[in-house]
Order: sequence, then C-alpha cells, then structure tokens
Amino acid sequence: MTDSYFSLDNLSVGYNGSALIRDINIGVTKGEIITLIGPNGSGKSTILKSITRQLQLIGGKVIFEGKDLRKFSYRDLSSRMAVVLTERMKPELMTCHDIVATGRYPYTGRLGILTEEDERKVEDAMAAVHAEEIGNRDFNAISDGQRQRVLLARAICQEPDIIILDEPTSFLDIRHKLELLSILRSMAKEKGITVIMSLHEIDLAQKVSDRIVCVKGDRIFRYGRPAEIFDEQMIREMYEIDNGYFDPLFGSIELPAAAGEAKVFVIAGGGRGIPVYRELQKRDIAFATGILYTNDVDWRLARLLASEVIEAEPFTVMGEEALAKATASMSACGTVIDTGVPVRETNRVLEELRRLAEESGKLRRLEELV
Amino acid sequence: MTKSNGQSVSGGAFHQENFRRRTRYITVFLAMIALLLVVVVLNVNMGSVSISPGEIFRIILTHQGPDPKNVDIIWDLRLPRILMGAILGGGLALAGFLLQTYFENPIAGPFVLGISSGSKMIVAITMIVFLSRFSHVSSWTLIIAAFIGALLSTGFILLISRRVTHMASLLVAGIMVGYICSAITDFIVTFADDSDIVNLRDWSLGSFSGSSWSNVGVAAIVIGVAFALTLLLSKPIGAFQLGEAYAQSMGVNVKRFRVAIILLSSMLSGCVTAFAGPISFVGIAVPFLVKMCLKTARPLIVIPGTFLGGGVFCMWCDFIARMAFAPMELNISTVTAMFGAPVVIFMMIRKRRWGA
Repeated sequence: MTDSYFSLDNLSVGYNGSALIRDINIGVTKGEIITLIGPNGSGKSTILKSITRQLQLIGGKVIFEGKDLRKFSYRDLSSRMAVVLTERMKPELMTCHDIVATGRYPYTGRLGILTEEDERKVEDAMAAVHAEEIGNRDFNAISDGQRQRVLLARAICQEPDIIILDEPTSFLDIRHKLELLSILRSMAKEKGITVIMSLHEIDLAQKVSDRIVCVKGDRIFRYGRPAEIFDEQMIREMYEIDNGYFDPLFGSIELPAAAGEAKVFVIAGGGRGIPVYRELQKRDIAFATGILYTNDVDWRLARLLASEVIEAEPFTVMGEEALAKATASMSACGTVIDTGVPVRETNRVLEELRRLAEESGKLRRLEELV
Repeated sequence: MTKSNGQSVSGGAFHQENFRRRTRYITVFLAMIALLLVVVVLNVNMGSVSISPGEIFRIILTHQGPDPKNVDIIWDLRLPRILMGAILGGGLALAGFLLQTYFENPIAGPFVLGISSGSKMIVAITMIVFLSRFSHVSSWTLIIAAFIGALLSTGFILLISRRVTHMASLLVAGIMVGYICSAITDFIVTFADDSDIVNLRDWSLGSFSGSSWSNVGVAAIVIGVAFALTLLLSKPIGAFQLGEAYAQSMGVNVKRFRVAIILLSSMLSGCVTAFAGPISFVGIAVPFLVKMCLKTARPLIVIPGTFLGGGVFCMWCDFIARMAFAPMELNISTVTAMFGAPVVIFMMIRKRRWGA
C-alpha cells in the first residue's frame, strides 16, 4: 500500500486530540475517483478535512507520492491539491470570474496580479464546467448549481493533481448533480486528476466512483470497488435501514412495502408492473404479483414491495405449478389488476390466469381502486 | 450559438468588464484626490485667521510672506494638523479594513472592538508615569504604549472569540472592553491632578490639534511602514476573503497570516490613538464606502483606496470640527460619529448578515 499514489496509512482522525475514526488504510491510484459514503455524522467530512490539513491528524500518515503530506509546505501543496468545501462562502463584491481566478493564487506573484496566461486558464476552467455565461455575475447572486460549478472551476484552475470535494452535490437538483459528476468523471479520466469526495447519494456514488470507502462507527466499514461494496445487506447494515430498501443493481432507493395480507393481485411482467406496484405502495395497499421470471425488472422491485411474488425460472416455460400458485394467491385477493403483459410462447399460462381473473369478476383498473 | 462562439463572446465580455472596472477605479481615485486637494485648500485657508489663497501658495512654496504671523500659523499650526489628519485617518481606516478581514465581519473596527480604548488607557497611564517622573514623554514612547494597549485589547477580544461563535456577542464584548478601558482612563485622569493632565483630557476625547512637525514625521514613518506591509499582504488578504479553509488550500500559512494582521492593525490603531486619541467609526464606515464606490473587494485596489479615503474623510471631519462652531472646536470623534454612524446603520440594514 505504500507504493500507492496517495494513501492513508493507519490514519486516525478526529477533533481536539480524540480520535473519531481510526485505522484508516486506503491506497489510491492516480486518476481514480474515490468516494466516501456513510450515514450523517459518520465522519466523512472529518476525514476529508484531515486530508486537506484543516484538522490535525490524531495518528498515522497521509502519503502523497511517497512523501508525508505534513512535509509539504502549504505553498507546495496548494499547487497539487485543490478543495471544494461545504461551507457556504459569501464573498463580497466578487464576480464568478473573480472567484475562479483565485484558483491561480499559487502561480501568481507577490501581489497576485494575473498574467494573460492566467486569464486564459481561468476562461478554460470556466468553459470546462460550462459556466462561461455567468463570468460577470456576482457570486452571491447565482444558483446553487452554478455556485458549485464555479467552485469546481476554481479548483480546476488551480491545476491540482488531486481535488477534494466535500459533498459537492448537496443542494443540487438531479440535472446539476449529473452534470457535476460527469465533469468530475471526465476530469479524472482525461486529465488524470485524482478525485476524493464524499457523497450522500449512494446510487450516484456507485455509478461515478472507482472505489468506495464506507465510513461507519469508528472504523472504515468497507473499502473496495463499487461492485464489491454494493450488496443490499451491506447498505442496509451501514445506514441501519429498517424502513426501506436499496437495490444495488439499479442503485435505486425504495420505501418500505405495505404490511399485511395481499389485497390486490397484479398480473405483471416485462416492466409493466412497476408503475402499478409504486402506486399501490403509495396507497399502502399490500399486493401479490406474478408470474415473474426472476430476471424480470418487475421482479426486482416486486421482491421488495410485494407481500408475495409468484416466480418462475428465467428462460424456461412457465409451468402448471406456477399457475397453480398464482391462482391460489389471486383467489385470496379481492381485486385483480391486469397490466396487459404480452403473452408469447414461454408465458402462455398467463392466458389461463387472465381468463380466471375475468371469470372471477375481480378485474379492475388501477384508477378504480379506492 | 456554438460553443466556440460562446467562448469568444464571453472572452470579449471579460475584457469589456476589465475596462469598465479600470475606468471605475481611476474615476474613484481621481475623485478622492480632488476632494483631498479641496479640503487641503479649505483647511489652510480658513480658521480664526483667514488667509488669502495667493498668500497661502506663496507661504507654502517660499516659507515667507508679508505677515510673519501668517507664516507661523500655516507652517506651525495648520499644515501639520492637515497632514496629521490625512495620515492618521488613512491609518485608522486601514486598521478597520484589516480587522474586518480578520473577523470576516464588516462591522469590526478598532473603536467598536475596544482596541482604541485599550490604547487610550495604556497611553494615559504611561503619560502620567512619565510626566511625573521625567517631566517629558517622547512620541515614540507613546506609540509603543498605544501599540501595547491595542495588543492587550485585541488579545482579550481574541480570547473571547474562542468562546463565543456569534459575531454579535463578540462585538458586544468589544464595546464592553471599550467601556472598561475608558472607565479606567477616566479614573486615572480624575485622580492625577497634574496640570499636564489637562492635555490628556483633551487628547482622550480625540483631536488632531496640537500636532507638531516631529509628530507628523513619526506618524508618517509608522503608518507608512504599516501601509506598505499591508499592501504586500494584499494577496493573502484576497485569499482570506474566501474563508480560512480556502485560504489555507491556496497556500496561505493561516496562523502566521493572522498574527501579521493583528500586529499591523494594532500598530495602525495604536499609532492613531497615541497622537489623536480614540476616533470612532472611521474604521468601519470608510472601508465600506470605498468598497461600494470601487465596486470591488480586491485588496490591491481597496487598500490604497481605503487609506486615501480615510485621509480624506478625516480631513473633512477635522475641517468641520474646526469650523462648525468656530472659534470653538468640536472633538473629532463627534464629527466622525455624526457622519460615520449613519453609514454603519445603512450598511447593517443593507447586508443583514452581521452576527451570522
């Protein structure tokens, strides 16, 4: 781990001499995106602040290119590492362009006067985050999304090897979240800039990161590639979720299922079930559904939200056994909703199920449910 | 619009903006210089003895005139006083600017934080001790005493600032420190019935009167040095405007920077207090007005602007103090408060973020 580009070596971090999190051992390769996830107050920011030397280390070392980070002078470090912090800054009388230009600080002379080249780099950085149009606007008069982009441009302008971001996506709407993360992604891949950040959105963390650090309690809960980290049980444990679900395959977050016996049976498949499931869940109506192949998108959600799921093995023909189960389940429900799933060779049995539903007279449309 | 188009358009806009800014800076500085010249002429010209402009020029340039009494009035009374007002006013405004940077709050200043009063107290004690023992006290001694007093008050404020996070409480603490120091000063002045103390009483209310050329020289050196050092700090000050954490990430050694700011602001406000007594509101009002006029907070522009603006402001206030009820003179603080305090109130209403 010592030969890593950037590594945390037996690091203990905390405030006023007492360690909040200990034994942090993480090695980072150049150009990777490392994301810290974990519940509120777990110490993600504390770790980041310790890396950026805002907080004194309690123990261990941060190694950057084989050298102890504490051995760097503030000045040397400033041309290597840039930060985007959560603290809201309210600079007076500064335009966005002025803010971005402060990123050139390590490179300007005694009085901080910008050269032509500096000016060009400022404009390049603003272009990189698509913020050219707001250059002359007052920094306090722009939206949160624009503000984050300007702060990111400021960091880019500093031409660092590492950028540290503390929850850069807070306050942003989904479009700006995606925009920001894709800028980070391209920065890491094209310019080889290493990104270390904390995120609240585990779904986005999973998609944007090369490595994930899970922070919980006084240790690093887990550390590894997203594929290794994101299993359902792990997420539930980490965030102590007892009232909802996280689906690692799609990175989607679900509210808890309605409790009790199924009152509605949904004939679903091929994604047609999902909107119905969600609607039923919102109305707090417990439901059963089927017959679903276990590789059906409906199945992924149904297993989280439905009281009962009648399953079938993928790539096989749905058999009598599944039909029998579905029929039994359906007859126990007061209402049946048919989502109109298409019937082909392998799911012929659904035709029979539909016929039974019609005969029973329980068939309703979703809108008809009270 | 294609992307390249957008870039070139905005690139042009930046240059336009730069040009606009530069024009604004030049205009504001020229206006301040014009105000300075006008008040110099007015101040030299008017007073209990009115001297014609022609004679003034002759006296200033040749050191001679038809009436030797007028030569003395101009050279020994009015000119040193004018220069003192300019130098000390500049220093005071600059001290305010530094404290506002340090506390990241526009309402901070040497007077409200009790720093001027701390200086006043130590200077009063020093004066009494020196005058009773050696019957003489040099201006350097007084400056050092004032500097120590400023550091004491600032140190006390810093101690409090560790305990209270709310800026408003800190300001209240500063005002209290000011009252305590003033009370102690009054106490000392009341019980020291030396005839020299009469001067002390006048001085402790704030005035530019009685400035001598040697005092002007000393003040010019101390404040000149502090001004130059502050200007050299304009880059880290700029970084600090984004907050401590960002400043550090830009390579500023924050601890050293904070010490430098405290030393400089104490040096400036101490020197002003040593010569002119505590003067209120200049430290808050002038940096604010200058920043509003310049429409920038860039230290490299604002530092000289604040210095010049402070000088001009104090000279006008001194002119009013001298002339409003002539031959009676007002305290300089009376006038600066009259013009400065409304500015501060306006500022608080506009910003509504002090204490945050």
